[in-house]
Amino acid sequence: MNPTLRKGKVPPNNNNQAVYPDRESFYWSKITLVMGLRGSLMGKLNNIDNPNNITKEETLKLEFISENALSIPVFKMMDADGELYDGACHSSLDKDTAIKIYETMRFIRILDERMLAAQRQGRISFYMQCLGEEAAVTASAAALESQDMIFAQYREQAALAYRGFELEQFMHQNFSNSKDLGKGRQMPIHYGSNALNYMTISSPLGTQIPQAAGYAYGQKLDGNGGCTICYFGEGAASEGDFHAGLNMAAVHKAPVIFFARNNGYAISTPASEQFKGDGIACRGVGYGMKSIRVDGVDTLAVYEAVKLAREYAVKNNEPILIESIAYRLAAHSSSDDPTGYRSKDEEENFRLNCPVNRFRNYLIKQNWLDEQEDESSKETIRKEVLAALKKAEVVEKPSLEDLITDVYEEVPQHLRKQMDELKAHIAKYPEHYPASSGAKGENH
Amino acid sequence: MAKMNMLQAINSALMIALEEHPKACVFGEDVGYFGGVFRATSGLQETFGKSRVFNTPLVEQGILGFANGLAAQGVKAIAEIQFADYIFPAFDQIVNETAKFRYRSGNEFNVGNLVIRTPYGGGIAGGLYHSQSPEAYFAHTPGLKLVFPRNAYQAKGLLASSIEANDPVIFFEPKRLYRASVGEVPEEKYLIPLDKAEIIKGGNDVTLLAWGAQVEIIEKAAEMAEKQGISCEVIDLRTVLPWDVETVANSVIKTGRLIISQEAPLTGGFASEISATIQSECFLHLESPIDRVCGLDTPYPLAQEKEYMADHLKVYEAILRSVQY
Repeated sequence: MNPTLRKGKVPPNNNNQAVYPDRESFYWSKITLVMGLRGSLMGKLNNIDNPNNITKEETLKLEFISENALSIPVFKMMDADGELYDGACHSSLDKDTAIKIYETMRFIRILDERMLAAQRQGRISFYMQCLGEEAAVTASAAALESQDMIFAQYREQAALAYRGFELEQFMHQNFSNSKDLGKGRQMPIHYGSNALNYMTISSPLGTQIPQAAGYAYGQKLDGNGGCTICYFGEGAASEGDFHAGLNMAAVHKAPVIFFARNNGYAISTPASEQFKGDGIACRGVGYGMKSIRVDGVDTLAVYEAVKLAREYAVKNNEPILIESIAYRLAAHSSSDDPTGYRSKDEEENFRLNCPVNRFRNYLIKQNWLDEQEDESSKETIRKEVLAALKKAEVVEKPSLEDLITDVYEEVPQHLRKQMDELKAHIAKYPEHYPASSGAKGENH
Repeated sequence: MAKMNMLQAINSALMIALEEHPKACVFGEDVGYFGGVFRATSGLQETFGKSRVFNTPLVEQGILGFANGLAAQGVKAIAEIQFADYIFPAFDQIVNETAKFRYRSGNEFNVGNLVIRTPYGGGIAGGLYHSQSPEAYFAHTPGLKLVFPRNAYQAKGLLASSIEANDPVIFFEPKRLYRASVGEVPEEKYLIPLDKAEIIKGGNDVTLLAWGAQVEIIEKAAEMAEKQGISCEVIDLRTVLPWDVETVANSVIKTGRLIISQEAPLTGGFASEISATIQSECFLHLESPIDRVCGLDTPYPLAQEKEYMADHLKVYEAILRSVQY
């Protein structure tokens, strides 16, 4: 109890029988009854002193907490020139990791550029770029261990690339051909890899958030020191699954890092029309977890924040919320046109704040990167990407059988029957189904 | 063998699963120290500890989201939704995630470890929100298995098989029979195959088909009909998805008549699906139209529950109509 209150009248909160409205006192009497029967078990719940599970601070002041009481600052380390701020945290990023992060960002930018062009040419159906968020995604993945699980939303191809997903595998997925690990079942950019601990992308927003909590709980039971990172956008944080996932993770003490990519937009909807509170980070406090806001354009800051978060999550078996602040420079997807909802000026303003350039400047200052070599590498990568694209687009489509496998572990009888009927139908009209019949299509 | 009611049989299956699988977890609202509102999980937390048997916050989509992740990680995840009426906040997690996990990943990942237990059905004066039978919504979703026990013995064997299965299962428990169904149940583990209907009683004149608590109703109607000299073949479908077409079709080819009874409303119910398939499979063998005896197309009522329900008298009348057609 607050000692300042002792002299006055004690606020009526200690005598449950007298103060609680009818329903609660009924509940209380039931609890007491059960305690009588199973005292030792109920005692563990710590209901006797604090049934409401609150901190029990008391006050005589009639005062509402301000909606922006937390006013969470953005953690940063280096400026746009790649110079550490005076008084910045010590960077623990070693040269090899730094180079690997940069190479991944460089690769993703080239891949994104080429694949968006491929979509414009009608070679693939859909694409999503990571433009503007490369540092947030790559540096966060770099701060993890390879055994850690990644649950991504859909714009985190850089994390997958960092884990070692091959260029060819990216291509096979985008062309939904027979070599795609996902067997050509999902739209482009829905990657997944069991070997690399990267959970397959699911289009519905936010569904990965409670799943990450459950996955991390399983890792805790294993006790191998692994954890899970879960990416999502500030828009997805409006989904019910966000609340569900954070609450489940906090209550059940799951070692999961929730990484909110606040990039300003959910398709066309600006963050100002998405939520009223102080970003996403403030919500972590409501769920009882440690939270931080970090500059998502600052590779060093993201790396240090995630590294510390990982250490804490694994050591204490607790979730952590990180909100990364960056700007979605690209359109939402290849199907979107931002000119309809934001100005070119706004985009240009943020284009100057490029995460890749900032980190490149840092590397040059450290003498870890040769500018000329960097330029020639870009050329080589462009050629490799184009060659891989050309190769993947002529790889055959998945077999017709793959239409019915993996619905269940084994193909059930009714699906077998439907497949037999389908095959007979295709055999009758092969020219209408050229991909599976091998026949030439009508229009070819 | 011991005498057990359905709750004890379910409890026994869970106990064995937790022993067999060191990482198996049982969780849901109030399932922890309290043992569930129906006491199906009674004593499990005491035996296996709070990390494996635990309460969850009141958030069905969170329970199923968490369960999907846990199952994908390799844990036998046995989640309880307190009433099937409250499963809908988790509909997206079940329909878009659970059911498609293996398919969408090309078998890179799966949630075959997941079992969702949920009490369903009426006859307990539960009104709109403690009585529904929502199987048809889920039967429209490839990738799920839907299992319905009709008594204590079936409950233990089918639940054990659901836990062993490498596909996600929704295990619908007929809460009306939780304590009412008492029978001989082995103490040890046994499996009852999923995807296989059971002919409970052979007959020649008409086939009666149901699942879960409704099986008891068609059995009662069959007894009435037998007294009138009508020989009924009684089938428990047991698994609604994927369902055993062969057993039902063979029976209808023999009897020429089919009556399907479900607790859920008539329109768009699973009885309609069966009806369509069987008329196509057995068209030339049918002696009368396939009939469905179901709940009315209303929300589940309270004061008029008796009138609403597809009871044995309604099934009996359908039998008479069918043989006299």
